[in-house]
Amino acid sequence: MYKELHKQTTFAEIAEMIEPDSHVLDLGCGDGSLLDLLRTTRQVSGIGIDIDEEAVLASMERGLTAVSGDLDQALAHYADRMYDYVILSQTLQVVKRPDHVLEQIVRVGKQAIVSFPNFAYYKVRFGLLFGGHMPKSKILPYEWFDTPNIHLLTINDFKTFCKIRGIEIVKAVYLHGKMKKRRVNAFANILAEEALFVIRKT
Amino acid sequence: MTERNTHSVGIVKTLKLTFAENGDPLLLENSQKISPVTVAYETYGELSDTRDNAILIVHALSGDAHVAGYHSESDRKPGWWDIMVGPGKPVDTNRYFVICSNVLGGCQGTTGPSSNDSATRKPYGVRFPVVTIGDMVEVQKRLLDSLGINRLHSVMGGSMGGMQVLEWVMKYPDIPKSAIVIASCAALSAQAIAFDAVGRSAITSDPAWNAGDYYDTDSRIPGLAVARMLGHITYLSEAGMRDRFGRKLKESGDYAYEFRDEFEIETYLAYKGSSFLDRFDANTYLYVTKAMDYFDAGAKYGNGSLVEAFRNVKAKMFFVSFTSDWLFPSRQSVEMVRSAEQAGKRVSYLNIDTPYGHDSFLLPCDRLFSGVQSFLSHVDME
Repeated sequence: MYKELHKQTTFAEIAEMIEPDSHVLDLGCGDGSLLDLLRTTRQVSGIGIDIDEEAVLASMERGLTAVSGDLDQALAHYADRMYDYVILSQTLQVVKRPDHVLEQIVRVGKQAIVSFPNFAYYKVRFGLLFGGHMPKSKILPYEWFDTPNIHLLTINDFKTFCKIRGIEIVKAVYLHGKMKKRRVNAFANILAEEALFVIRKT
Repeated sequence: MTERNTHSVGIVKTLKLTFAENGDPLLLENSQKISPVTVAYETYGELSDTRDNAILIVHALSGDAHVAGYHSESDRKPGWWDIMVGPGKPVDTNRYFVICSNVLGGCQGTTGPSSNDSATRKPYGVRFPVVTIGDMVEVQKRLLDSLGINRLHSVMGGSMGGMQVLEWVMKYPDIPKSAIVIASCAALSAQAIAFDAVGRSAITSDPAWNAGDYYDTDSRIPGLAVARMLGHITYLSEAGMRDRFGRKLKESGDYAYEFRDEFEIETYLAYKGSSFLDRFDANTYLYVTKAMDYFDAGAKYGNGSLVEAFRNVKAKMFFVSFTSDWLFPSRQSVEMVRSAEQAGKRVSYLNIDTPYGHDSFLLPCDRLFSGVQSFLSHVDME
């Protein structure tokens, strides 16, 4: 339930960032609910990519265009600026080479939208500091041994990466709390549970 | 029979159409001509008043027009894709009018090397012109014309069927609204051509083949059984064979230390080979494998570029591959998908993880069924 609500709020935030009638590539599209939402509310045309067969099938059941693919390899053939937006929602932390994937999405998309759980969130910090265990939270529910999240990062890590690689941060939205309300930017690296960035190559 | 009727198209009949008669021969890609041409086909379901619900199914190497249902009450086995086609099935005959015809060069009712040459009144044998995937599609086009169908809801097929689907969407972009290519490729790999070559050699080096003239003696050519055995190895996978046969012996006990079929895999292949002789013509095997070897969509429609070949395609497309298929590996489907995407087409692609190899497209597979059903029901959606 929490997960559903959380997803809906994040998706609504993403939808707000997208211009109507644009062309969207959704990486790690899951069951296609984000693309479905964008199709209804923003009239986008889009393609979803996912490594999971059930995700591709669920997306196709909604009448979406979906492709089986491993994000670490599935982007190189796309032309530069082929999509208005490339979306990487809650997926950056599961790929083998986030650096390569980020370079690809800002090449293929005129803009890219990236969301990820912030590993510097204070509850995560407390979990490690006082609990002495790998932190778990509602957005990071896995055990250390079964987590798909192989490259966890913080808001500051992401900002540093963008700076070094010449990627412009067009917009940042930090989310926190049960209803995932927007938070002020101050102390975001500590207070935000999840971050949403719009980036592009300058 | 009641059980059969609820999920089956029931008793069906193969129909025949003859065209390209007297002075209007069918011109082939190699510039040769055939006249007349008979095409064997079956249809299921009802053509809608607006004639827009037809789905053309195109078959693989050893397939025929008999996709679904039974030919008689006593028929033991239904058509070759009965699990896919029927009332309430992924290709739902309550919604769609389904057509399938035997390919040109075939031996199941459509004109091929075993048909009589009208000039000599004897079977063509190897005097039959070498036909291509394009020629097969041309015959299907003539069939649709005669049925009054100029728009297809979809055209779909696996393996060699997938090649015909590509030919359809590239040659006639305005006819199919959608297309499904399963376990196929835009051009055979060297490895696949190699297997075809060995299969053909098994036939042509068999004295019974007699340079293709065997129809007035015995049309069972043992070399064809060898070709089929080899084929079956390429349709399975190492893991699939291990699961199903392992090293099991036909009769439990010790080795016989004789040269007869002892392992279950041997018995299986021997059975597949010899039962193939009951229903298939050796010359057709030569012609149809050759047609597959020649097919190259990128060369034919894109001057060597598969991306260019997809440029004019208007059909919505859905590609499916199977992870354990080493005859038409997933890599080749990925190549088609990426080329189509680079040509600006929106295509769906499902890579199904299964141990059953190339044969998977003919086996019960819920993920394949679900993908086909979803795709077909959203063809008209923007």
